[in-house]
Amino acid sequence: MEFLNNVINGISLGSIYAVIALGYTMVYGIAKMLNFAHGDIIMVGSYIVFILMSRTSVNPYIALLISIAACTVLGVLVERLAYRPLRGASPLAVLITAIGVSYFLENAALLIFGSQAKNFTSFIKFPSITFGGGAVVIQGLTIVTIVVSLVIMIVLTLFVNKTKPGKAMLAVSEDQGAAQLMGINVNKTIALTFAIGSGLAAIAGVLLCSKYPTLSSQTGAMPGIKAFVAAVLGGIGSIPGAAIGGLLIGIIEILSKTYISSQLSDAIVFAVLIVVLLVKPTGILGKKVQVKV
Amino acid sequence: MALLEVKDLEVSYGVIRAIKGISFQVEEGEIIALIGANGAGKTTTLHTISGLMKPDKGSVIYNGEDITKKPAYQIVSMGMAQVPEGRRVFSNLTVLDNLKLGAYSRKNKDEIKDSIKYVYEKFPRLEERKNQVAGTLSGGEQQMLAMGRALMSRPKLILMDEPSMGLSPLLVNEIFDIIRSINENGTTVLLVEQNAKKALEIADRGYVLETGSISLSGDAKDLMNNDEVRKAYLGE
Repeated sequence: MEFLNNVINGISLGSIYAVIALGYTMVYGIAKMLNFAHGDIIMVGSYIVFILMSRTSVNPYIALLISIAACTVLGVLVERLAYRPLRGASPLAVLITAIGVSYFLENAALLIFGSQAKNFTSFIKFPSITFGGGAVVIQGLTIVTIVVSLVIMIVLTLFVNKTKPGKAMLAVSEDQGAAQLMGINVNKTIALTFAIGSGLAAIAGVLLCSKYPTLSSQTGAMPGIKAFVAAVLGGIGSIPGAAIGGLLIGIIEILSKTYISSQLSDAIVFAVLIVVLLVKPTGILGKKVQVKV
Repeated sequence: MALLEVKDLEVSYGVIRAIKGISFQVEEGEIIALIGANGAGKTTTLHTISGLMKPDKGSVIYNGEDITKKPAYQIVSMGMAQVPEGRRVFSNLTVLDNLKLGAYSRKNKDEIKDSIKYVYEKFPRLEERKNQVAGTLSGGEQQMLAMGRALMSRPKLILMDEPSMGLSPLLVNEIFDIIRSINENGTTVLLVEQNAKKALEIADRGYVLETGSISLSGDAKDLMNNDEVRKAYLGE
């Protein structure tokens, strides 16, 4: 029973990783770049909700909506100011810029909100479910997290495959030049991708801080990197891959914490990344990169 | 007034000047062949016309409007389409999705359906394979898809870059027949080809591009009988 509880806990954490990984994978899949600042947008989103809830009497769900809107704008701004000027530059230049943006956001938060960690109070109230005479407990937050990540995954899949802007994203992801020849505005399409990814980061932030209520400028960094591992494990660029990868990383992390060593759990997660890169570099659902001759 | 007018165009890749000041016109209803060897600058010329590349100097006038500085995606809705070299179909998407993307700049759904019907009439093979993923098509079928996709924007002018590349002689004939029939339906064609013989056979006029400059121009028939062209491009 204890094992089952741990797996459920892992699924709960994994669902949060999945939501973060979806943001990573969308941006990578379409713009072909790793937005390492993605984790820090989570942190910014969480601070916005925290400030609104502690300083104003606004309904927490309205606060979440405001945070989603703010993160969407932030994501588009980051893309416009930091990444767009580098369109066509070497991937390494873009990667280093992304790391720079990440440090910038973390230090800006440190400057604005101070180094004192804040205590985030969860506003997600949902009844727990108990099985086996109280032996297995699924917490309300877990249920909400799983449902939210499932809904996001389904909506994203439908959006990308069924709508016109979604199809434009697929076209841009394959061939930006050919997409332009179809009349697709590549810059606008990539900006939209960043908007969606960053909006998702705001949702992920609230879920994350509801589970681990310590909020600091570093809040998004580690979960962001683990979600990146999840995206690579699932096959970066693939929406269901991000969900599967997220769940697996969450379960691996919790089980290693419980049964192996809580200090080694992060090392185990990153060891998984190394093994995946060695054995199947494209990830579980990743597509083979076609090399054109 | 010419439908397309290219004036003193100069284009470079970094420090290498690929196009060294070329000028030419395409009149409405014509098929114009732009022939030349590998590296002469044919594709660069097309990319500059369609907006994928920006010139250092010179201008591109289309339908009376200067489009030199316009981004590629805006030029499409003005009635210009390009069939790129190497087809560049969206290989993870179905044939039908590829065609629909070709009509991305259009809004009217009924008219788009009519265009799909028109493309299927021109390329019955595409209708048979409409739900197949484009990456699984043969080279000839991908060429047809690239052409059909370009037609989906209902272009007045269609730029074709090496449509015969890598195709069997039988398919090359089929593709050139279709280019002629597209032209007969009222679309002006600017055709870039290494297969000079085939291109000049269906063209009204032609330009010979040699390391970034136009060395010869004239009626397609005259060019075919020109000694230099025969030696250099027709292998006679």
